[in-house]
Amino acid sequence: MDTLEFLSKVNNLAGISGYEKNVASITADIFKELCDDVEVDTFYNVIGKKSKKIGGPKVMLAAHLDEVGMMVTDIDDKGFVKFTGIGIDQRILPGQEVRIHGSKEVLGIIGAKPPHLQKPGESDKAIDIKDMAIDTGMSKDELIQLISIGDPITFKSPLIKMNDKMISGKSLDDRAGVAVMIEAMKELDKLNYTGEVYFVATSQEELGSHGAKISTFKISPDVGIAIDVTHGETPDAPKERTCVIGKGPAIGIGPNMHPILTQKLIDTAKEYGIDYQSDVIPGRSGTDAWVMQVSKDGVPCVLVSIPLRYMHTTVETLNIDDVKKAARLIALFIASLKEEKEWLSY
Amino acid sequence: MVELLKRLTETDGVSGNENKIRELIKEEITPYVDNIHIDNMGNLIAFKKGTKEHPKKIMLDAHMDEVGLIITYICDNGMLKFGTIGIDQRVLLSKRVLIGGKVFGVIGVKAIHLQEKSERENVIKQENMYIDIGASSKEEAEKLVKLGDYAAFTTEFEEIGNGKIKAKALDDRAGCGVLIETLKESYPDDIYACFAVQEEVGLRGAMTASYKINPDIGIAIEGTTCSDVPGADEHMYSTVMGIGPAISIIDRSSYSSKEIVSALIDTAKSCNIPYQIKRTMTGGNDAGIIQLAHEGVRTGVVSVPVRYIHSPVSMMDIKDYENTIKLIKEFLRKGVL
Amino acid sequence: MKELLKKLVSVFGPSGNEELIRESIINEIEGFADEIRTDVMGNLIAVKKGTGSKIMLAAHMDQIGLVVTFVDENGFLRFAPAGGFSVTDLINRKVIFKNGTVGVVSYESEIKEIKDITLNNLYIDIGAKDKDDALSRVNIGDAAVYYTPFAENGTRCTSCAMDNRASCALLIETLKNIQTCPHEVYFVFTVQEELGLRGATTAAYAIEPYAAIAVDVTDTGDTPKSLPMAVKLGAGPAVKVFDQSVMVHPAIKNLMKEKAEKYNIPYQMEVLKAGGTDSGAIALSKSGVPTGCLSIPCRYIHSDSEMVDISDMENGAKLLLNILQDGIKIDK
Repeated sequence: MDTLEFLSKVNNLAGISGYEKNVASITADIFKELCDDVEVDTFYNVIGKKSKKIGGPKVMLAAHLDEVGMMVTDIDDKGFVKFTGIGIDQRILPGQEVRIHGSKEVLGIIGAKPPHLQKPGESDKAIDIKDMAIDTGMSKDELIQLISIGDPITFKSPLIKMNDKMISGKSLDDRAGVAVMIEAMKELDKLNYTGEVYFVATSQEELGSHGAKISTFKISPDVGIAIDVTHGETPDAPKERTCVIGKGPAIGIGPNMHPILTQKLIDTAKEYGIDYQSDVIPGRSGTDAWVMQVSKDGVPCVLVSIPLRYMHTTVETLNIDDVKKAARLIALFIASLKEEKEWLSY
Repeated sequence: MVELLKRLTETDGVSGNENKIRELIKEEITPYVDNIHIDNMGNLIAFKKGTKEHPKKIMLDAHMDEVGLIITYICDNGMLKFGTIGIDQRVLLSKRVLIGGKVFGVIGVKAIHLQEKSERENVIKQENMYIDIGASSKEEAEKLVKLGDYAAFTTEFEEIGNGKIKAKALDDRAGCGVLIETLKESYPDDIYACFAVQEEVGLRGAMTASYKINPDIGIAIEGTTCSDVPGADEHMYSTVMGIGPAISIIDRSSYSSKEIVSALIDTAKSCNIPYQIKRTMTGGNDAGIIQLAHEGVRTGVVSVPVRYIHSPVSMMDIKDYENTIKLIKEFLRKGVL
Repeated sequence: MKELLKKLVSVFGPSGNEELIRESIINEIEGFADEIRTDVMGNLIAVKKGTGSKIMLAAHMDQIGLVVTFVDENGFLRFAPAGGFSVTDLINRKVIFKNGTVGVVSYESEIKEIKDITLNNLYIDIGAKDKDDALSRVNIGDAAVYYTPFAENGTRCTSCAMDNRASCALLIETLKNIQTCPHEVYFVFTVQEELGLRGATTAAYAIEPYAAIAVDVTDTGDTPKSLPMAVKLGAGPAVKVFDQSVMVHPAIKNLMKEKAEKYNIPYQMEVLKAGGTDSGAIALSKSGVPTGCLSIPCRYIHSDSEMVDISDMENGAKLLLNILQDGIKIDK
């Protein structure tokens, strides 16, 4: 299954933080074709293990499976569904199509007041999420048979191909990262590597990397590689905080990432002529690397990110080549790691 | 003692880049400790065996890192964009920094003659600032610096006024100094001196160090807010300069264990060491992290009052520093709890 | 339940100073647990031994309080908040110290607009003549809690400290009534929840439970023009789905719902947009613990007059008991 197929398949699957069961199960099936051993833990982390030759470091890769979404908070007497956002920019909501995941999947739309009915100046203010509602076209009595408070809601936003490189859809943050892991598994098969490699499709990253926290504790790796997305450039965003789409994966630099390990990753990119960009992060990286780094007595980490525009929206956009380059870089990097860890010492 | 402080504060070590300060501290403490370990985060952990038969494990923590900047982008015109690590943007204008340990830069601001009246009243946002290293193009700048280089202030250590000193990074090189002086003697209990990294980006080093050490008792030694200055109300001073080390009862990151607070106060009283209780809840520190290690740790916080922390130049009273050292030593000599 | 609640809310126990409430709870549960111990942080842990997997139940016993940090020349006290307070919760309220000294909280009245007042502009007045007089009655480091009489209108009860003594009462009742249970159950009365779920963190680390359920209070949306929230007072205990600290594991959420339906216990579903509970700390312990939260609807949380409905607590206790006696099994 190639990157595009994988992303098309998982795009349709709902998995907000905590509710990744389905997407975890499908991902586990795909991992099983490429890993020696696959487990889905209680928190829906998918953990695939690969090993070719023993006697090397324990490496853990992490890319999160959960997506941003919403949750039902109330159903009013007229059958309109009130909701709260889990990681959402509320400005993208009016006019969206959504799916409510109750005992059955219910389609709904987040209504937007037509311009004809708006007061002067009303269109200059963002609508607050608490004033929005989802219209399912059903009455309250019909609806409460199917959904209840606390049910997750995801966007309906199928993956589209814009040209032969660029794709757009929801949840590319961070299923694109999981796609990188799958490609990396294939790349690794072509190389001589030692040690054990754990590929973890983590859960609940959007709530604070909860899945990564507990899976890192369980696995106790020697080295961590977090794979996430970073902001791709757009005309309205400052250049110093974005990366260029299509110019290769971004390598994170800053206190969250181990300096010697990061330099080794950069050297690997240079040695094999793989495009990469530098992404300087002064503090919290906002990725699984943040919790991995301080697990137990510490895990040296690196961060590889795919440049992506319009993060946390239904039209997240990236270049598939960046995914492939990231996978290749990571595989070559893993193959370069040796057992002796003195080179990592400060 | 003062000479050590000079070396400690003039050595650069912004969060994430503590190599130089770690080397310096390692050299200082090697003659006095039984072994030294540097962990995966870069924390420097020194072990000193206790003299009594069933010693407790005491973790003393002072963080090595200081606030500073990191280069995030090199503009086409040779100017550098940066990110801040622990700094209020209002202290940045018109300051000098040292980048990567070798290149001087200045954070300039448009001359007042060229500003509109309204501009002068507004805060310049950090995103609109840049560091000038005198390069006139991106290529020229790239020969001197690279993305991810760290920049620290260039403030020199100097004695000032009556028994005071001014320097950068007294938060928390003052704490490091206290810890180094403390290690020069032996105590009944086992001491794990942790010179922690990355406190300023979220108490990070203390997480892995406290996991590894798993102490019975933890004391964080800080350089803390001292705001006894014009415009502040007395209860908002946090601490007052010159009246001794500050003991915290409650701060942003932890509620100190009552036994530890009592023991510290008793020590101060019985040894005639001046002390104060921190007046505000501001400021987080490594004790908050240490307290929750494994199944829980009894913790306390002792701080040297420092004016103007998290800015290029801070000030401390030498007597407060000496009394902090005395308090910690006497507390340990008693054979804690 | 009401008598127990009335007793518990009147016991002094602000975060970081839980000695007295711990003693009180020990007195209540003595004889009902196989083992009772206190850990380093001060958490009270009562164990009902059993052969099955470990279940941890947690209810925090600390209440919010004010810690004296400074006494001025005229005997007025300044404080640090131990827990979340808003200015409007405090102004003109009475507070009481452990030794019975009562004070009034007020503010620097030269500030005209409420929105410009911060906690740093407030002080406690214990009617002292000067600094020495104040220090003869209260020390720096002493804590105070709200001073409110317990009031009841039928099943509706109002007092300070319903957060979280109502949950402690529920948990104590459960401990007293539990008969056969296929688990080893740890009833943990945690400390310092109001300071960031601190006690629960170390307790869960030590216990390593198979699954856990925390008990805490939650907001309601049934007062005039309130912020939207589907939970109502008197409509039954709430099964938490989400709050800022945790997304409850769907298996636990569903289990709690099913048991409520099976035993005909009224219940509500709760999505809380602001606020965290011990369940968040427990869920992320070590390799993860599937954790849920049983919530008692409560109006005016963190004010000096929190209102609960005893029937919600009784139904909550019934639900928790049935969940435990049937046993908890997580199917992935």
